[in-house]
Amino acid sequence: MDKFRMIFQFLQSNQESFMNGICGIMALASAQLYSAFDFNCPCLPRYNLAYGLGVLLVPPLILFLLGFVLNNNVSMLAEEWRRPRGRRGKDGAVLRYMFCSMAQRAMIAPAVWVSVTLLDGKCITCAFCTSLPVGALGNASHPRLSQEEMKRVLARIPCKEIYDGQELVANEVAVRYLRCISQALGWCFMLLMTTLAFLVRSLRPCFTQAAFLKSRYWSHYIDIERKLFDETCTEHARSFAKVCIQQFFQGMSTDMETAHCHLPKKNPTDDGEASEKLLGITDQGTMNTALKSWHRCKPPLHLHPDAPSRGNGWTGEGQFPLKPPPEPPAPRKEMAAYYSRV
Amino acid sequence: MDRFRMIFQYFQSNSESVMNGICGLLALASIKIYTCFDFSCPCLHRYNMAYGLGILFVPPVAFFLCGLILNRQSLVMLDEWRRPQGCRRKDPAVIRYMCSSIMQRAMVAPAVWIVVALLDGKCLICAFSSSVDPEKFPGFTNATAEQAQELLAKVPCKEDELVGSSTSRRAVSRYLRCWSQALGWSILLMLIIAAFLARWLRPCFNQAALLQTRHWSNYIDIEQKIFEETCCEHSRLFAHKCILHFFESMREEIRQHSFDLPKEEEEDLLRGITHQDQVNKLLKTWYYEKPPLDVSQATQRHHLGRERPPPWTGSPHVQSKFPQHTNV
Repeated sequence: MDKFRMIFQFLQSNQESFMNGICGIMALASAQLYSAFDFNCPCLPRYNLAYGLGVLLVPPLILFLLGFVLNNNVSMLAEEWRRPRGRRGKDGAVLRYMFCSMAQRAMIAPAVWVSVTLLDGKCITCAFCTSLPVGALGNASHPRLSQEEMKRVLARIPCKEIYDGQELVANEVAVRYLRCISQALGWCFMLLMTTLAFLVRSLRPCFTQAAFLKSRYWSHYIDIERKLFDETCTEHARSFAKVCIQQFFQGMSTDMETAHCHLPKKNPTDDGEASEKLLGITDQGTMNTALKSWHRCKPPLHLHPDAPSRGNGWTGEGQFPLKPPPEPPAPRKEMAAYYSRV
Repeated sequence: MDRFRMIFQYFQSNSESVMNGICGLLALASIKIYTCFDFSCPCLHRYNMAYGLGILFVPPVAFFLCGLILNRQSLVMLDEWRRPQGCRRKDPAVIRYMCSSIMQRAMVAPAVWIVVALLDGKCLICAFSSSVDPEKFPGFTNATAEQAQELLAKVPCKEDELVGSSTSRRAVSRYLRCWSQALGWSILLMLIIAAFLARWLRPCFNQAALLQTRHWSNYIDIEQKIFEETCCEHSRLFAHKCILHFFESMREEIRQHSFDLPKEEEEDLLRGITHQDQVNKLLKTWYYEKPPLDVSQATQRHHLGRERPPPWTGSPHVQSKFPQHTNV
């Protein structure tokens, strides 16, 4: 437990390291997803290209969007972008910084998928087998086929068990050739991505360091402020709910007193604290009435810190109003009701 | 728990050990990627050399760049290098030291890849099978030059039907693998001797200056980290105050508009907001009119409509009055 708490605190303390963690998990998930995926080339002339390129390009798009969805800061960015100006100016540089850092993290999982796919080679083999240079790789002595027939034969290269063009082009030769091209593309893509990342990271301190520090500070500030505001509101809601419920129970208790016309029995000597917690409800019938009243007629969201508690559901008010209700005229005896501070 | 916490703290305490950890992880990752990578030589005359040498050299470049990117100290070094002089002198020896230590760490993963690839042998067999002299091997002496080249190009592919079971193919393969492994071991030996000499001979040359540069490079790194932590702490306190003052201003407004006598309670967690409408108004105001980033004048804030320039635009008025909040 202590270990998890420490890891959790470390990840939470630094917003960036938390995001890096999510980013790493998504990259691993994308590699795992590819290895779990069962690639099945259709081995038909027009479908191969669509299938191969689809598997190469559509999942990265999904992973990119998922990277944005899983990033908590997207709603923060949207909120900051769309909020009215009010009494606080908006800084475009902060918004750009937030968007750039989110986009960079979201691009890692798609880049991993594309790299792994290209290095594996199945997609490119499937997509481009019909474009194989038969003249260079094939058997020159083989009788020439029509274009359509050639495409049909070549399209079956990825499916070894139904390939019937062994005399035209050997299957292994074709697969090796296409795979070599695919792996070369894969490594070049990885090199390109790392070079871009390196340039982005290293050119920034050379040019815009002061502006960067400013944008980073204020983007962290916005995030922290939002979290603290949520915490403050939660704390407020907790206190509000506590007072509201206490006043509800007091209202019930007062109603019981009014109905039965007797003062509540108080034992000040022994368990004073326990009897206080009972809030004046000491028998099954009263408790049932309280529960029923809570369900049927919740009290209004209006706390009265210095007024005597009034009835809540006993008079059967119905739905609680959205606006502050007018004081219901309660034809009851004025009593010096017991008021407990929360 | 205690042991884990100790390890964690040890890694975190010293930035050098964090970087050593990352360097080690990258080296392990490079070995893992090499073993997972499915090497498939094209076995075609012109493509073999490009493929073999490409696999030998392109991933190390990518790993080197990764090593630079993942190393936090590279940003610190660049920052120190490019900053204006200001009130603090710049020491080129410190920058050189940081640069060399970053480069050394970044070169571990590429070196591991190259050594593993050479010891395995597949890259060199693929790249240089066509360049072998066919006269040396009996199976290829009878063929013409082009045929010999074709056959030699197919040597890396064991399953090819032309040369699959040929003993000459195995001979060429063994020959190239022997060269490849010899090269791999030699490179490994050279690297280790270089590292050994660098570590042992360093104290003989200018040890005092080295201690100074190492101290100041650690200092710059720690200073950067503490600055970031202080900024985080500051923004948390700033946000806390800003929100408290926002709630206070809401309470003030409520007091002005209601006729109830204010109830001053010591621990008013509700902060005077006790009604659904008041809560809704508070939340709406939070969205439509966020409070200005100015917590020094909280007690004098009255009218809601007064607009203040945010400190991040760097207006001279704000700069002169609230120096502690600007220029972050």
